[in-house]
Amino acid sequence: MSQERDRATDRLARMLGLVSMGLGVAQVAAPGAVSRLGGVDGSPRARALMPLAGARELLHAALLLGGRRPADRVWTRVAGDAMDLAALGRAVSGTQGDRRRRVMAATAVVLAVTALDVYTAARAARRRSRPGSPEVEQVARRGMNLHAAVTVNRPRREVYRRWRDVENLPGFMAHLESVSTTADGRSHWRARGPAGTAVTWNAKVVEDRPDELISWKSAGGVVGVTGSVRFADAPGGRGTEIHVDLSYRLPTGRAGLLLARLTGEHPEQQVRDDLRRFKQVMETGEVVRSEGSPEGTRALRQARQRPARPVPPVRSSVRASVRSAH
Amino acid sequence: MKAACWMGRNTVEVHEVPDPRILNARDAVVRITSTAICGSDLHLYDGYVPTMKKGDILGHEFMGEVVEVGPQVSTLKVGDRVVVPFPIACGNCGSCANGMYSVCENSNPNAGMAEKLMGHSPSGIFGYSHMLGGYPGGQAQYARVPFADVGPIKIEDDLPDEKVLFLSDILPTGWMGAEMCDIKPGDTIAVWGAGPVGQFAVASAYLMGAERVIAIDRFPYRLRKAAQAGAQTLDYEEVNVLEALREMTAGRGPDACIDAVGMEAHHPVAAVHAYDRTRQAARMETERPHALREAIMACRNGGTVSVVGVYGGLLDKFPMGALMNRSLTLKAGQCHVQRYTRPLLERIRNGDIDPSFVISHRMRLEDAPRGYEMFKNKQDECNKIVLSAV
Ligand SMILES: NC(=O)c1ccc[n+]([C@@H]2O[C@H](COP(=O)([O-])OP(=O)(O)OC[C@H]3O[C@@H](n4cnc5c(N)ncnc54)[C@H](O)[C@@H]3O)[C@@H](O)[C@H]2O)c1
Ligand SMILES: [Zn+2]
Ligand SMILES: [Zn+2]
Repeated sequence: MSQERDRATDRLARMLGLVSMGLGVAQVAAPGAVSRLGGVDGSPRARALMPLAGARELLHAALLLGGRRPADRVWTRVAGDAMDLAALGRAVSGTQGDRRRRVMAATAVVLAVTALDVYTAARAARRRSRPGSPEVEQVARRGMNLHAAVTVNRPRREVYRRWRDVENLPGFMAHLESVSTTADGRSHWRARGPAGTAVTWNAKVVEDRPDELISWKSAGGVVGVTGSVRFADAPGGRGTEIHVDLSYRLPTGRAGLLLARLTGEHPEQQVRDDLRRFKQVMETGEVVRSEGSPEGTRALRQARQRPARPVPPVRSSVRASVRSAH
Repeated sequence: MKAACWMGRNTVEVHEVPDPRILNARDAVVRITSTAICGSDLHLYDGYVPTMKKGDILGHEFMGEVVEVGPQVSTLKVGDRVVVPFPIACGNCGSCANGMYSVCENSNPNAGMAEKLMGHSPSGIFGYSHMLGGYPGGQAQYARVPFADVGPIKIEDDLPDEKVLFLSDILPTGWMGAEMCDIKPGDTIAVWGAGPVGQFAVASAYLMGAERVIAIDRFPYRLRKAAQAGAQTLDYEEVNVLEALREMTAGRGPDACIDAVGMEAHHPVAAVHAYDRTRQAARMETERPHALREAIMACRNGGTVSVVGVYGGLLDKFPMGALMNRSLTLKAGQCHVQRYTRPLLERIRNGDIDPSFVISHRMRLEDAPRGYEMFKNKQDECNKIVLSAV
């Protein structure tokens, strides 16, 4: 059904292309006649610009009649309509009588066509963002490749060990709810999705070189994730360099969209935030929090800070008693 | 508790807010006894520091008594009297390990915001915008102090608050401004800005062996304070600073120049002042860098320009040609306070310096709104305001 609808959208766009073609040819071949028809024949400037406007219409026509999915290009006509309406608007104020009536009539026609253009462009835009559309499919096929790195002021072996125990990961990876390992060396991952949903998948380690590299791959579940983390000594006793590479193959359809949304608008930023928290945990023993960002480093929270004043208490037992002693 | 809150440009209000509580195992909560208003707070008050939010608690110079400690804090106990450094620093990262506390790599949970403006993020700072952490400040009755096992310095004798309070910021800042000048015997040091930071820079430069220190400002009462600390003074509204410095150093220029003015410098020529003011208002530059420009032009060939005045973003008409062609060295930074608290406390104890000389007004926390107004407008010879929170 939606395919039929998509075809209708493209048919509409082709029809608009034909309109552009007809108008364009007339404007180029007989600019005087079109000027008279539009009531702008009193303005030498308008007459001089008429062939140019015609050339623009022919361009729209080529774009709309040449492509496989012409509806995606209808927005070019919308832009052209805006220019025409502006020109007619200027003409209205400078004319009277019969000529003015002709300008008004032309304006009415252009307005009607504009409405049709906007309608078609909007239908095309909706089509692009629908799950299963070529655009969404393409993102899913291409997947997401992310890279991030951080330097941690701790010995390589300690850093490697902390990461190798995957059950530690939710301690600094904000979107992970839990990771549990099973007897056969696989792990079960569970991530928070929007609005209380959860996404789960299994993973297994495919390579493990102690103190150097861990790489893993998802097995089963809707998400395709392959990832690796490399550990190297930072030069001159600066600790350990950590490089993370992740690639997600997103499933098509709803689950894919869910996951795309889950990873947020700036997935790179999220991986970097994860690493920043990992660094905090390794170096300071905890995720650093402020009253403006009580959950600690998170890109989303940075965009929407609490004011820098204390978070209202959940319990006020300890200090209340100390203070009353003063 | 009561707290002085930033409510928009030129508006500070004292509000009743929830008491702070421990969020991390290495936190402590301090009941504040004394807190001060800093020139840095004026940059917030005047609206030149981005990412402030209505309702943010102000203040980064404070001291008091520990009333609660997190389970990982073994160096402090309830009842200890402490001064708290304004940069928040973890003590564990590479920067902290090198004594660069104000660029701690872990203490800013909003590092991503700062990176957009500055490339990398400095440390978090109490009460100093969300880009620098979103931490409530110390112009309040209580404050949560993260990494309480690293920053706060215990005051174990009976030195009064006003002698030790400035260990939190301006005394170490003036000291670091002078230290960055790498002072050698015979050196002449020029200090732009005779505010409290400039006054401490003057005193510090002498303690480090400077031959002569010249302080530059336009408020006679502030220049008098600098003179008390031993400086020769120049009123930039009375003399041409570049010519006067050239004359005073027989053509060489000062060996090092300290900018203790920062982003809101004033210019005696109205047109130049208006030029930068306008560009600043239009956000085409975020600074009015007159003092810095002048410091660079004045400095002797091969000398050092030490910047402790605070800047926030971008500046215009920066004399890079002078800096480069004349082999100048530019050093800058928010003060690495934790590096200096112990040695400076020692100097206060042995009488080398009594920092309380900068104080001109003592008020109650409730009077903070009036304090900001007075300090900003230099009313009643206002030099430094200490607020009592008890
Ligand atoms: N780096 C740090 O860690 C740190 C710490 C504290 C303060 N600061 C900064 O140091 C600066 C001074 O702090 P303060 O508390 O003394 O502030 P303040 O506002 O009391 O003093 C600034 C002084 O500079 C003077 N001044 C303005 N324009 C001048 C010019 N063109 N030439 C010479 N003097 C000029 C003013 O008259 C004023 O007396 C501020 O920018 C503040 O933010 C930095
Ligand atoms: Zn300060
Ligand atoms: Zn640190």
